[in-house]
Amino acid sequence: MLYIKCPYCGLRAQKEFSYGGDATVKRPNINEEVSSEDWDNFVYMRKSPRGKHIELWQHIAGCRQWIKVQRDTATHEIFQTAKVTEEIR
Amino acid sequence: MSQPFRLNKEGLINRNKKLSFTFNGKKLFGYEGDTIASALIANGIHLVGRSFKYHRPRGFFGAGVEEPNAKLQVEFNGHSEPNVNATEMELVEGLSATSQNCWPSVNFDIGAINNFLKMFFPAGFYYKTFMWPKSFWYKIYEPFIRKAAGLGVASIEKDKERYEHKFEYCDLLVTGSGPSGLASAYAAAKNGAKVILAEDKPRFGGTLLTDDVSIDNLSGKDWAEKIITELKSMPNVTVKNRSQVFGYYDHNMLVMFERVSDHLEKKSKFTPRQRLWYIRAKETILSTGSIERPIVFGNNDTPGIFLSAAAKEYMKVYGVLVGKKPLIFTNNDSAYETALEFKKNNVEPIILDTREEHSSELIDEAKSKGIDIRFSHGVIVANGYKKVKSAKIGKLNKDKNSFEKIETVDCDCICVSGFWTPSVHLASQSGNKLKYEEKIDAFIPDKKKQHETSVGAANGSFTLEESLKHGFENGSNLSAKITETKTEISIPNVNEKKYGAHDKFWCMPLPKNENPKRFVDFQNDVSVSDIEIALREGYRSIEHVKRYTTLGMATDQGRTSNLNGLQLVSNIENKIVPEVGHTTFRPPFTPITIGTIVGREVGMEYMPTRKTPMHEWHEKNNAVFVDAGAWKRPRYYKLGSETLFEASKREAKNVRENVGICDVTTLGKIDIKGPDAAEFLNRVYTNAWMKLPVGKARYGLMLREDGIVMDDGTTTRISENHYHMTTTTAQAANVLSHLEYYLQIVWPELNVNVVSTTEQWAGAAIAGPKSRDMLSKLYPDLDVSNEALPFMGYKEAEFFGVPSRIFRISFSGELAYEINVKSDHGMFMWEKMMEVGKDFGNQPYGTEALSTLRIEMGHVAGPELDGRTIPSDVSLNGLVSKKKDFIGKNSLGREAFNVESRQKIVGLIPIDRKSSIPEGSHIVQDQNAKLPNPKLGHVSSSCWSVENNNPFSLAIMKDGKNMIGKKFFAVSPLKNKSIEVEVISSHYVDPEGKRVRS
Ligand SMILES: [Zn+2]
Repeated sequence: MLYIKCPYCGLRAQKEFSYGGDATVKRPNINEEVSSEDWDNFVYMRKSPRGKHIELWQHIAGCRQWIKVQRDTATHEIFQTAKVTEEIR
Repeated sequence: MSQPFRLNKEGLINRNKKLSFTFNGKKLFGYEGDTIASALIANGIHLVGRSFKYHRPRGFFGAGVEEPNAKLQVEFNGHSEPNVNATEMELVEGLSATSQNCWPSVNFDIGAINNFLKMFFPAGFYYKTFMWPKSFWYKIYEPFIRKAAGLGVASIEKDKERYEHKFEYCDLLVTGSGPSGLASAYAAAKNGAKVILAEDKPRFGGTLLTDDVSIDNLSGKDWAEKIITELKSMPNVTVKNRSQVFGYYDHNMLVMFERVSDHLEKKSKFTPRQRLWYIRAKETILSTGSIERPIVFGNNDTPGIFLSAAAKEYMKVYGVLVGKKPLIFTNNDSAYETALEFKKNNVEPIILDTREEHSSELIDEAKSKGIDIRFSHGVIVANGYKKVKSAKIGKLNKDKNSFEKIETVDCDCICVSGFWTPSVHLASQSGNKLKYEEKIDAFIPDKKKQHETSVGAANGSFTLEESLKHGFENGSNLSAKITETKTEISIPNVNEKKYGAHDKFWCMPLPKNENPKRFVDFQNDVSVSDIEIALREGYRSIEHVKRYTTLGMATDQGRTSNLNGLQLVSNIENKIVPEVGHTTFRPPFTPITIGTIVGREVGMEYMPTRKTPMHEWHEKNNAVFVDAGAWKRPRYYKLGSETLFEASKREAKNVRENVGICDVTTLGKIDIKGPDAAEFLNRVYTNAWMKLPVGKARYGLMLREDGIVMDDGTTTRISENHYHMTTTTAQAANVLSHLEYYLQIVWPELNVNVVSTTEQWAGAAIAGPKSRDMLSKLYPDLDVSNEALPFMGYKEAEFFGVPSRIFRISFSGELAYEINVKSDHGMFMWEKMMEVGKDFGNQPYGTEALSTLRIEMGHVAGPELDGRTIPSDVSLNGLVSKKKDFIGKNSLGREAFNVESRQKIVGLIPIDRKSSIPEGSHIVQDQNAKLPNPKLGHVSSSCWSVENNNPFSLAIMKDGKNMIGKKFFAVSPLKNKSIEVEVISSHYVDPEGKRVRS
């Protein structure tokens, strides 16, 4: 079970969180024209990297905030966590 | 009753407390502090089981977790447990143990055919056929016998015991209380760290209990006791015996299995049997020690053959002799300690040492005591079927591949030592890639992947001095980093015997023309020749050899066999062991009970039960409940001997004709507040929300970004910046997360807050043509006319003195209202409604009637919104705005969503107007067509239309709207039914929706 540091609540067990996918995907702006290709990329196309991956998790059994987690998909090492408004680099 | 192999004085058992137990029906005695194994050996019993594959007689081999053979079926405290390790399970009064994997009894000789038939005919005549022809053995008989005999038998009774889970956090977890573990825990505790020390066995101390050493002038055992006593007195230390850390998982989480009460004769009602600990440790010390490995020789599985350290442990801990004429067969000095221990107890051992004659502290001591030592000697084959009687021994030539002299010596036990294998299981589980240490011919931990440090024998240090030093240093350094305190501890003076070098020799050759089985893996019956065959047949990867031969795959995880297996492969392949590599170690290290894994999450505690505030009323009024997620909802209210079908028909009919009330508390409710709430809803829902006036509700449809319908429900504008959203019961949690996702991540600029209020409100729907009349009685001071409270209207009013919300919304398609009060007032509201409703023929209705009502109206729900439908599939495209953008809009333009033949919702009625159409049926043109029969659609929801008094179903069908009027078959292979149906509109009742507006 992973040990995830919620930026609001601190270190908590994985069972308090739910996974939310790739955090680097940006939704096209609402009320703006978007090409089919851009839209399809947003809806469907995801990379599945082995290694570092910035992903979204929601602290559903805690503060209910969505957070960013930079995790190694092979080793599960977590390098950094951040609020969604913050950058992970 | 005498125990012929019990010593008079030695051991740590309590001779003042005699315990009676039975083994295979025979009454025996042991002492408090015994294991089942030590008590049986004390009674001279060695034959305890039959081997897995060949059903060979098997006895004890080890004295603890390493035991491969002695797995028993044990009955105690009123339950029966299979595969209990006899060397670990403590003896309790009244325990009853039986052998497994044998029939009819462990003593029965498979060669005695007459006896066999005589005993087995009544039990099952199948068995006799297994005897011939011989060639049928592997393919037919053996698999059947495996099934018939198997290992133990799982109980089919409900497990009445209590199991618990516990979560714990600590600075340092120490796994094993041998010298290095004690030292680590002690040093860390002195630095103020929060320490958990876990010991698998009942007694702390590990090898200190059996080795002839002294520390600071105390015996090993006394020193261990002193340290443990001090640790137990410290508030920052938790000391746990009978606790096996069996798994090392991500982020330094380790899982421990504690045997809480199996050893107790009496326990209080709430004492769990076993406890599972999830321990999140900042640092972990792996002081798991090492396990002696055997030397392979002929018939080395005969009962009476032990690991030499186990034989010593039986003497020193349990006061039990494993035999009175021992042969000690070794390639190293440690077995000499066993020989000396025998000698001390007036038993004369013979030592066979594979090494050439040489000198060391222990050899010299053995010599001086007059022990018969034969260098360059080894056991070739053990004689005796159910117990060792003698051994053919040989003097090895210089190359150790043949014999200079062979003779037979009498013996009643053979104690074998092929040097030591560090227990690296936990280190390997943590991700540590192991490295091969030539010096000890075994793998030890390499670079750490997690916060784990192996010390002592687990790290390949086999001297006490080194183990203690390692332990103190690592315990101190690791904890000091956490507590920022460093207490100086002086490392104690150690007195121990110096061991000479071991012999890199692990498998005895066989003389010509002799071919006894030489077992590498006892538990899975893998012999040297099995491995040779695997290699001959082309298996090369050690992982493949493992799976083909099942080497190391039994419940003992190859604790005594892995290294010898690797050595064998490397010898045949002419490779060095590190090139062969090792197989992966996986949790659990030892078998654990299913009960422990499950913990308290059984029966009603499997998941939380959500009950509405009116639940008790439903119970009292014969409601039959159905699970809706964690919620319990009344499915129907049973009157007399009514069936589900009859009751739901009655309830639905009453709604159509009079009025009914339904508990709708379980619907998801989300409170939405903020100046941008309208804009937010406008983006979330497919339809327009900017112009919804205060005091009005609107039906809304929300999509996922891929255009698929996510959920539907009504949302009401309570005040200028305040909305009350409802979701389906099933999607409530998902919708909330969905809204939070957009507010927190995508549109943080919107000033809106959302919170679930599902549990804050109790809800009741009042539906039916007489619902307005009933409502006016419930709210005598309120104008509830169609003008004052029109369809989709909203009002707040007092309900007999309590605040309430009235929504004029309808799921049943009838004139209907939904009343919400605070949860605490739910029961009050419900009872008032039942009381007032009497005059109008009011009856409660459950989810089954609710479904009937919505299905015949053509209202979609979960079965239609199944994650595959877009709005136009379910006739909801009228709710899709063309003017504004919303979540998922861009996806609706996809080509596949817009082809003419796209699936659409339709209604189905059986041609005979009688046959109910099973949900899930496939719609096909020709019921007799060749398979695969092209599927044109599927039946999503079915009901008995109370309005038309015949079956009616909703279906999602290819090009559905153009199929209306045509005939097809609805086939359900599952129910073995094929029903001819006609396609009609999905709106079977009141297609114009007049009733809800009436
Ligand atoms: Zn949090």
